[in-house]
Amino acid sequence: MSNALHPETLTVRGVTKRFAVGDDEVEALAPVDLTIPQGEFVCLIGASGCGKSTLLRIIAGFEEPSTGEALIDGKTITGPGSDRGMVFQDYALFPWMTVRENISFGPRQRQLLRGEIEKITDEFVRMVGLTPFADRYPSQLSGGMKQRVAIARVLANNANILLMDEPFGALDALTREQLQHELLQIWTRTGVTTIFVTHSVEEAVLLADRVLVMSAGPGRIDSDFRIELTRPRDVSSPEFNALRRAIARRLTSHIAPSKA
Amino acid sequence: MNDHATVTAEGAQPSAPVAAITSRRRNRQRLETLRAIVLGAGFPILLILIWDRAVAMTGTRLIPSPYQVAVMMYDFSFGGIYDDAFSGTILIHVWKSVQRVYGGFFLAALVGIPLGLLIGRIKLLRQLLDPTISLLRPIPVTAWLPLSMIFFGLGPNAAIFLVFLGAFYPILLNTIFGVRSIDPRLFEAASMLGCAGTRMFRQIVLPASLPAIFNGLRVAHGFAWILIVVGEMTGVPTGLGSVVMDGRTLSRTDLVITGMIVIGACGFVTDRIIVAISNRLLSWSPQHLE
Repeated sequence: MSNALHPETLTVRGVTKRFAVGDDEVEALAPVDLTIPQGEFVCLIGASGCGKSTLLRIIAGFEEPSTGEALIDGKTITGPGSDRGMVFQDYALFPWMTVRENISFGPRQRQLLRGEIEKITDEFVRMVGLTPFADRYPSQLSGGMKQRVAIARVLANNANILLMDEPFGALDALTREQLQHELLQIWTRTGVTTIFVTHSVEEAVLLADRVLVMSAGPGRIDSDFRIELTRPRDVSSPEFNALRRAIARRLTSHIAPSKA
Repeated sequence: MNDHATVTAEGAQPSAPVAAITSRRRNRQRLETLRAIVLGAGFPILLILIWDRAVAMTGTRLIPSPYQVAVMMYDFSFGGIYDDAFSGTILIHVWKSVQRVYGGFFLAALVGIPLGLLIGRIKLLRQLLDPTISLLRPIPVTAWLPLSMIFFGLGPNAAIFLVFLGAFYPILLNTIFGVRSIDPRLFEAASMLGCAGTRMFRQIVLPASLPAIFNGLRVAHGFAWILIVVGEMTGVPTGLGSVVMDGRTLSRTDLVITGMIVIGACGFVTDRIIVAISNRLLSWSPQHLE
């Protein structure tokens, strides 16, 4: 990729986030520091309320950090931008637009030539295997198809960073497996940096180059696992299970004391 | 995987048994429509029968029988029976009323929809205007009658103003409600895809609140036809409302009921048109089709 010369690194520097809850303030994120090089597949995992979605939303530019900053290539993120695309758990597709119109939304905002928009749209409709359904509305699609549209919508907009907030959480096991497989193919083909929030240790170990375990109260990065297993990964191999156990142990280690 | 199963099933050409199933389904649909028509038309016919019997049994002379009203309706439409001031004048009255109803209605939509979109989206405007709207809304439109006659004089403009007032609030409030209930994720999704400013209004706010806007338009459209009688009480010589008022003054109840039926029919037909338009525009929304 052309980015090899200018690696677009995502840097998070001393980011904290406090929310007002009534008269109180809740600290959602303690200072978080993080560097993610271009093209890496990172999974954020942690119990509910550990701030993983907040961190993702700060990177997306939907929330401002209370202190610190998130930077791309040294430039501070000040708001949502088309270089980063979010894939939401509940899809957030535009229900009045067909599959094709949803996917072409980003290119249309950039006011490209009509032919160019069509070319890009066709390419991404095909990439997620929805050509026969291109003229359907989201309400006429299954959950798996909707999430494919959401992924294509972001990629068609030339996003370099794919932010995914428990994207497959609402899908059945079979569809989930299929989409994990397709996501890895798309990631390999496009080299897009991917930050993927999940609850599932198995999903994290299956997908990621790197798994960041977050802990709550206030949210911070507890540990950083590198997954060196070759893809496609065998979920029943001893190496896979060893990693899964190690990560699960880190996850439960800070749930246990709070229970005691 | 199950997704791919649907791909092949739906992508395949319909074979002979599939065609048989679709034709059977079409037959069942036709039967269903027929049933709806028979039931929907049957009830008014039953009401007319009850009316006829009730008039005959009580022997009242204050209320005409359905037959007398039918004769009046014929005369009102085509003339040749009574040959008075109302014979064969139906089109003039309908046309005048339609102009006033839709003058007021479209004016209300023209002001109500953009204002509703802005109030729904901009907090400052909401804080500025919401108390005033809540204060003005409970005032019955009929209470505006004296003032509207001072503002607009005797004539059609006062009628249009009253229809406008009656149609304005349902359109405005439904539009505001529609904007307020848009999933905030849609705004986030749009802004990350490079949409901002006025384009956000046209591409996201308006289409996303369209189902609520159409609900408001339908309610407002009903009010508009209701208010035409009040509006045309302000001394205009033509219009369905003035026909009803003239019938009252002349103690011609057959004329009053004829006017009522024509107003009802106009409202019914135009409501079907609005529903057809909204079904076309909102075909994406599964809960809106009826």
